[in-house]
Amino acid sequence: MSLNPEYLKEERNQMWRAELRSKTKNKERMLIQRVKMPELAPAVRVKHQDREVNMGLELNQALTEAARCMDCVNPTCIEGCPVSINIPKFIKYIEQGEILLAAATLKETNALPAVCGRVCPQEKQCESRCFYVEKTDKPAVAIGHLERFAADFERNSGSSNIPDTAKPNGIKVAAVGSGPASLSFAGDMVKYGYDVTVFEALHEIGGVLKYGIPEFRLPNSVVDFELENLRKMGVKFETNYIVGRTSSFDDLREEGYQGFFIASGAGLPRFMEIPGENYNGILSSNEYLTRVNLMGAAMDDKDTPVLKGKNVAVIGGGNTAMDSVRTALRLGAQRAMIIYRRSEAEMPARVEEVKHAKEEGVEFMTLCNPLEYFADEKGRVSGMRLNRMGLGEPDSSGRRRPMPIEGSEFELDVDLVVVAVGVSPNPLVPSCLPDLKVTKWGTIVVDEEKMQSSISEMFAGGDIVRGGATVILAMGDGRRAAENMDHYLKNKSNQ
Amino acid sequence: MNKIIEKTYFSDKVVQLVVENPMIAKSRKPGNFVILRIGEDGERFPLTISDADPVRGTITLVVQIMGVSSSKLVALEVGDSITDLVGPLGKPTHIENIGTVLAAGGGVGVAPLLPIVEAFKKAGNRVVTVIAARNKDLIILEDEIRKWSDEVIVMTDDGSHGRQGLVTVGMEEIIQREKVDECIVIGPAIMMKFASLLTKKYSIPTQASLNSIMVDGTGMCGACRVTVGGKTRFTCVDGPEFDAHQVDFDEMLMRLGGYKAEELRATEIYSQKL
Ligand SMILES: Cc1cc2nc3c(=O)[nH]c(=O)nc-3n(C[C@H](O)[C@H](O)[C@H](O)COP(=O)(O)OP(=O)(O)OC[C@H]3O[C@@H](n4cnc5c(N)ncnc54)[C@H](O)[C@@H]3O)c2cc1C
Ligand SMILES: Cc1cc2nc3c(=O)[nH]c(=O)nc-3n(C[C@H](O)[C@H](O)[C@H](O)COP(=O)(O)OP(=O)(O)OC[C@H]3O[C@@H](n4cnc5c(N)ncnc54)[C@H](O)[C@@H]3O)c2cc1C
Ligand code: SF4
Ligand code: SF4
Ligand code: FES
Repeated sequence: MSLNPEYLKEERNQMWRAELRSKTKNKERMLIQRVKMPELAPAVRVKHQDREVNMGLELNQALTEAARCMDCVNPTCIEGCPVSINIPKFIKYIEQGEILLAAATLKETNALPAVCGRVCPQEKQCESRCFYVEKTDKPAVAIGHLERFAADFERNSGSSNIPDTAKPNGIKVAAVGSGPASLSFAGDMVKYGYDVTVFEALHEIGGVLKYGIPEFRLPNSVVDFELENLRKMGVKFETNYIVGRTSSFDDLREEGYQGFFIASGAGLPRFMEIPGENYNGILSSNEYLTRVNLMGAAMDDKDTPVLKGKNVAVIGGGNTAMDSVRTALRLGAQRAMIIYRRSEAEMPARVEEVKHAKEEGVEFMTLCNPLEYFADEKGRVSGMRLNRMGLGEPDSSGRRRPMPIEGSEFELDVDLVVVAVGVSPNPLVPSCLPDLKVTKWGTIVVDEEKMQSSISEMFAGGDIVRGGATVILAMGDGRRAAENMDHYLKNKSNQ
Repeated sequence: MNKIIEKTYFSDKVVQLVVENPMIAKSRKPGNFVILRIGEDGERFPLTISDADPVRGTITLVVQIMGVSSSKLVALEVGDSITDLVGPLGKPTHIENIGTVLAAGGGVGVAPLLPIVEAFKKAGNRVVTVIAARNKDLIILEDEIRKWSDEVIVMTDDGSHGRQGLVTVGMEEIIQREKVDECIVIGPAIMMKFASLLTKKYSIPTQASLNSIMVDGTGMCGACRVTVGGKTRFTCVDGPEFDAHQVDFDEMLMRLGGYKAEELRATEIYSQKL
C-alpha cells in the first residue's frame, strides 16, 4: 500500500513545505536532541492500574522534535509504516503549528492514530527506517510520540473532524470481531457508502485494545473516542454476538449481507503443558488481563475477582508478558518476575515496555525455563522448578535456539504465575465454514494483496490471518480488505 | 432483548427464568449454554439453556442461588432485562439412537439434563432417569423429566421424597437390572465423580457435563481448563460434555475452589448491601 511517489513529491514540493525546509539548516536540525517523553514517576505509577505512564509531549516539545525531521527527498520512514502514513507531511504540519492538519494527514491512512502512536513497535517499524537511524548514529525522529501528540491534540480540541462518507449504497457488509482490523475495515467501508455492522462476541467493542492492553498503556477512553467517531460515521455495532453461533453465516446472508470481513483474532491461549500447570493461581495472560482490563477486577465494586500474588512469575517475553507483569506490580506484588527462555535481545516486546518494566522494579530472569509447578495442600501454586538456558544455533525464526544447561535446575517461591507464551488463532469461524481454506496452524489463507479468502465474498485480516502480529498490521489488513471488497462487490453488481 | 418473560420459584434457592432472545432460541441445541452479565459491575457466568421456544423466541434458564451473580440474576423481576447474554456456547450433546440411556441429574443439574433426556427420547431411545437432591424441596422439574423418560427414580439424601440415598444407588439398581448402552450425568462435580466411578466399574460409556469456572466462554482465557485423558481441554469450547471416565475430577474439584475466598468475601459484601 506504499504511497505513490508522484503524490509524495507533489506534496513535498508544496510552497509551505519548501519554505519550512529553507527556514532551518539541516545541520541545525541534526543538532537537536531527541525529545524525552514525560513519564509518571515509577514510584507513583506502580500504585495505579489506570494511570497512563507516558504523559504525552507538551506543545513546545512537539514543535522542537518536529524540527528534527529533515523532510527527506526519499522518506524511507514511510516504507517502515504498514499503513504508509505520509510521515514527513504530518510532522511538517506540526512544525508549522498546524496540529489539526497534522491530525487530518494521519487520518488519511490511519483510522486510529491515537492508538498507534501509543502501541506501535516504532523502533521496528517507521523509526527503524528513519534517515537518522539509517544514515547517522543519532536516534530516529520520535514519529510515534508525534503521532500520538497530533491525535491527542485533535481529540482534546473538541474539533475532531468526522471524515466525509459517500452516499449510502444500501449494500450490507459484516465485520466479524471488533479489534483493530475490523475497526479500520469498517471505517473505510462506511466511507465508501456501505451499510457496515461490526459483530463482537464479548460485551465490549475493541478486541485486544480493550481486553488485553492495560489502561496504563492505552486508556479505554482513547479507544472509545475513536469508536464514537465510527458510530457517527454510521458504523453499527452488535455486542454479545458470535458469528457462527448466535447465528450462522447463512442466516446473515439471508438478512442481506453480501460481504464478510473475518478478523476474529488470535484468541486461544497456549500453555506449556508441564506438570502442575493446572494448579490454582496459574493462569493465562489472557485470563489475567481480561479479568483486570475488561472486567475491572482490581476495583472493589466489580464482581469479577482476580487472584493477587506476592511473588508473581510471568512466563514469556512479549508485550503480553510485560503487560501482565506490570499489572501484577500494580496489584501489589512484592516481587514481579519475567521468566524468559531466551536473552533480552530476543524479547519480542516493545523496547519502551521493557524499559518501563525495569524502572518499575520488575526482575528479569532471562535464559530460564519453567519445568514444573508445586502447590500447597489446597492446590494453590506455591513454587516452581526451572532450569537455566544457553543459546545455541539460530532456529527457523532466525533467533538463537535456547538449550537447557544440564545441572542448572533451581526452585523459586511463587504464589501467582501468568503464562504468556503465545496464542493460537481463534478456531471458531473456520470450524463453521468447511469450505474456508486454513493453514495447518489454523490461520485463514488469503490472497496477500486482496485479503480475499477461498470463499469469494469473505475477506480476512489481522491475527486470524497472521497468527499474532501488531495493531497496525491488523489495521493495514482491514484497509486493504475494504478496498478490495469494494471492487469485488461493485464488479459483482455490474455483472 | 434479554427481557425476562416468566419467573418461577422451584424452591427458595432454585428459580426458572424464561428470557426473550429469538436468535439464541433459534440456534441453540441441547447441551449448549449461555454466558450472562448482570449490571455494569457484574461478572460473566455460565448457565445451561434448559429449554427453548423458537416460535416465541425465548430460552429457559434454571439457576440455583450460590453467590453474588446468581443472586443478582434472581433479584431481577419479570419485565427486567439481563444486561448481557451471549450464546449458544459449547458443543451440543451428541444424540443418537443407541438403545438404553441412563440419565442422572443432581440438584440443579436436572435443568440442563431435561433437554438431553427429551432429545434422547425423541431419537428413539429407552430413557431411564435418576434425579437426586439433598431433600424434597430441591427436587426440580420432576414432571417434565417424567414426560420424556420411560422410568424415573427419585432419590433424596434424607428420604423426604422418593427413596433415601445418593444418586449412585438408583443408578446401580438400573445397571444391575438391565443393559445400559450409555450414561449421561450432570450435577455437582462431586456427584459426577462418584457416578463416573460407578459406570466405569460396569464399563458403560458415560458423558459428564462439567461446570468449570469461566470468564469469556469463547476459548479465549483458559480459566475453564480441565484435564481429560491426560490432556488439557477448555470446557467452554471443547465441552462442556466430556467422556466422564477420562476426566480428572479431583483436579476439577480443586479448580472450582480457586476463587473461594474472593467469592465468599463478595457474597458477604453483597448481603450486607441488601
Ligand atoms: C496483551 C497484549 C498486548 C499487546 N500489545 C501490543 C502493542 O503494544 N503493540 C501492537 O502493535 N500490538 C500489540 N498486541 C497485538 C495486537 O493487539 C493484535 O495484533 C491485534 O489486536 C490484532 O487485531 P485483530 O483485529 O486481528 O483482532 P483482536 O484484537 O484479537 O480482536 C478480535 C475480536 O474478535 C472477537 N471474535 C472472535 N470470534 C468472533 C466471532 N465468531 N464473532 C464475533 N466476534 C468474534 C473477539 O472476541 C475479539 O474481540 C498486543 C496483544 C496483546 C494480547
Ligand atoms: C457450562 C456451565 C453450565 C452451568 N449451568 C448452570 C445452570 O444451568 N444452573 C445453575 O444454577 N448453575 C449452572 N452452572 C454453574 C453456575 O455458573 C455457577 O453456579 C455460578 O457461576 C455461580 O456464581 P455466583 O456468583 O452466584 O457464585 P460464586 O460466589 O461465584 O460461587 C459460590 C459458590 O459456588 C461455587 N461455584 C462457583 N462457580 C461454580 C461453577 N461454575 N460450578 C459450580 N460451582 C461453582 C463456588 O465454589 C462457591 O462455593 C453452570 C456452569 C457451567 C460452567
Ligand atoms: S502507524 Fe505506527 S508504524 Fe506507522 S507511522 Fe505511526 S507509529 Fe509508525
Ligand atoms: S526518514 Fe526521518 S527525517 Fe526523513 S522524513 Fe522520515 S522521519 Fe523525517
Ligand atoms: S471460559 Fe475462557 S476459555 Fe473457557
